[in-house]
Amino acid sequence: MTETATGTASGVYLIRGAAILGGDAEDLLIRDGVIAERGAGLSAEGATVIEAAGLVALPGMVDIHTHLREPGREDAETVETGTRAAALGGYTAVHAMANSNPVADTAGVVEQVHSLGRAAGWVDVRPVGAVTVGLAGEQLAELGAMADSRAQVRVFSDDGICVHDPVLMRRALEYVKAFDGVVAQHAQEPRLTAGAQMNEGAVSAVLGLAGWPAVAEESIIARDVLLAQHVGSRLHVCHVSTAGSVEIVRWAKERGINVTAEVTPHHLLLTDELVRSYDPVYKVNPPLRTDADVQALRAGLADGTIDVVGTDHAPHPSEHKECEWAQAAMGMTGLETALSVVQETMIETGLMTWADFARVTSTVPAAIGRVADQGRPLDAGEPANVILVDPAARWTVDPHKMATMGRNSPFAGKELPGAVVATFFKGHPTVLDGKLNTPYRYAADPAGAGSN
Amino acid sequence: MKHLLSTENLSAANAIRILDTAEEMAAVGDREVKKLPALRGRTVVNLFFEDSTRTRISFEAAAKRLSADVINFAAKGSSVSKGESLKDTAQTLAAMGADAVVIRHWASGAPHRLAATDWIDAAVINAGDGTHEHPTQALLDAFTMRRHWSKLHGSASTGADLTGMRVAIAGDVLHSRVARSNVWLLRTLGAEVTLVAPPTLLPIGVEHWPCKVSYNLDETLEAGVDAMMMLRVQGERMNASFFPSTREYSRRWGFDDARLRALDELGLKDTIIMHPGPMNRGLEISSAAADSPRSTVLAQVRNGVSVRMAALYLLLSGDSREAAPTPGSARSDKESN
Repeated sequence: MTETATGTASGVYLIRGAAILGGDAEDLLIRDGVIAERGAGLSAEGATVIEAAGLVALPGMVDIHTHLREPGREDAETVETGTRAAALGGYTAVHAMANSNPVADTAGVVEQVHSLGRAAGWVDVRPVGAVTVGLAGEQLAELGAMADSRAQVRVFSDDGICVHDPVLMRRALEYVKAFDGVVAQHAQEPRLTAGAQMNEGAVSAVLGLAGWPAVAEESIIARDVLLAQHVGSRLHVCHVSTAGSVEIVRWAKERGINVTAEVTPHHLLLTDELVRSYDPVYKVNPPLRTDADVQALRAGLADGTIDVVGTDHAPHPSEHKECEWAQAAMGMTGLETALSVVQETMIETGLMTWADFARVTSTVPAAIGRVADQGRPLDAGEPANVILVDPAARWTVDPHKMATMGRNSPFAGKELPGAVVATFFKGHPTVLDGKLNTPYRYAADPAGAGSN
Repeated sequence: MKHLLSTENLSAANAIRILDTAEEMAAVGDREVKKLPALRGRTVVNLFFEDSTRTRISFEAAAKRLSADVINFAAKGSSVSKGESLKDTAQTLAAMGADAVVIRHWASGAPHRLAATDWIDAAVINAGDGTHEHPTQALLDAFTMRRHWSKLHGSASTGADLTGMRVAIAGDVLHSRVARSNVWLLRTLGAEVTLVAPPTLLPIGVEHWPCKVSYNLDETLEAGVDAMMMLRVQGERMNASFFPSTREYSRRWGFDDARLRALDELGLKDTIIMHPGPMNRGLEISSAAADSPRSTVLAQVRNGVSVRMAALYLLLSGDSREAAPTPGSARSDKESN
């Protein structure tokens, strides 16, 4: 950390009596962007005191899968609005997916997104680079140039589109080894999902909507884990949605294959029964599955088969959802509801602890993305990316009150537990009392400087 | 009933009520002056996002026989290429004072969106949506079957259901809104349904439907059938490998001359042959079958006007009470079977 926060009164905060990772209550003293001290009864001298009795202190969340839409679809979301939403949701870093316009397939575009993130100052914006030029699935993008750029890209994905050509996928997996990268695959066999509208099963049969079969996801994951094993590379599987996928990932891990897997909050809670309304707010890719899949995903996340929660936050303008199901865009917002949905589905069910929560929302996603100063323990000397959560809070989701420009939350009207009270990003409170505070301001930033 | 969107959630009481009202409407069609003043001053919009001259003119005739003003809005276009969204179209119709919207749409669920949103307050009638449902087709089929079934039993149609009637539906079930609407309505009316199709043209999940499934048309006929409904099969499906060739399809699943003869050999003298039209003669049905005395194809067209008159009348006449919601009430007051 070479940068220091500027523009705050003191930059010194004493978080008093927070349950660290849900354990015993201790104080955290934040100074100069790091956790200066951790312990009981720390001195408040010179510090702004935050009374945190009853709150849980966690490492800032790291989203491995976010769509910020900028450049190109600023009518859907901007880096500014998307990262405000992220900070409010408890995030201190997000990985911005590559399917912008222009596609993030060059060093220039990923540096632009990176710069926009720094200018916004709400979270660390880590651009994801496209695997193939224009997401077209034909030719590798300049992965090395993106890795060496100021954005220091380590995650590469054509998310939204599957790298379905097995040779291209093999080459991508091999190539990223040169700079410790990872290929994040959107597992969707394209021929099996032509025109697909929803999960293929009992509900699609009744609704007459073209089916998106589980096998279209599972067959790609099976192929890719074998490819990753063959070339000795690192594979990340985006938004695993079926029970069969969990089984395949479990099998691969037992064989020592270097694979990580992600699940979205919505796939942990919602099922395809909701599609009976034909309301496109429930249209998402991969689609909502069955209750058996939901239970398998929860079990997989709890036992470590699934490594991380990624939001797949996908804001869309209202006109892309106020239409016929088949016409509607796929995707749901998620940054501002992820913590609550994971608390509802994993913690209140007794499947996970808050320490587990920190692992799947912060520690491991930071490790996958090679984000060195995120997902760290809440110990003295560590970067002060910290959030305070009120687990006893309950709130009703109102998309119109969110910071994201997207109003397409499938949880609208639903009461959920848990609220983010404060978010500290690099020692600076971006969120206080559950409301946006001020962004972090980087020190003068000559071109080419800085690692974050 | 505020809308008629599907047969899946249509109660037996309401289904019987529509069929009984259609019987009364049919009598109007037999008169020299085929017109009732029931919907004078009301506006019915036929909103067709997909070509279907047959369905459109059937609804148009139905509305006009009830003295409604009819506006035909052909919003054809296979996508948003026209530019205007369903929401804008609906709000436009609402501003023009439409009392009912009869919507045909290529997208499954489009009528549900119209009914569920606040874009328009009119009654919505689903005239076929994607591969989802076509409730008035199922109602006219049931009307046709009920007349046949009641006549066989020497009783009146009115108030009756289809308890005990064996109905086979053969063809492209996967892509058929007619099949879906028929399966739900025939279940509600007490018929026994068997779907017959190549496995590729049955949806994953069909095992949960309230019917039997067969891959073999001959075995289905041998087991006994009172109504044989053939579904239209698009020849282009063979290009997507749903079946190897139209000839193989026709041999295995078409109602050809040999199967027409088989009805006689099996002693099924009262079995009717149905088709929602338009027919692919020589593919799913032979000309001899389509033109045989067993065929109800033209009766179905005729009954379609009566059923659609009934639906429009019940949705718009102000008598929008739910009929007594007790399950099985239709069965209890049945007059036949």
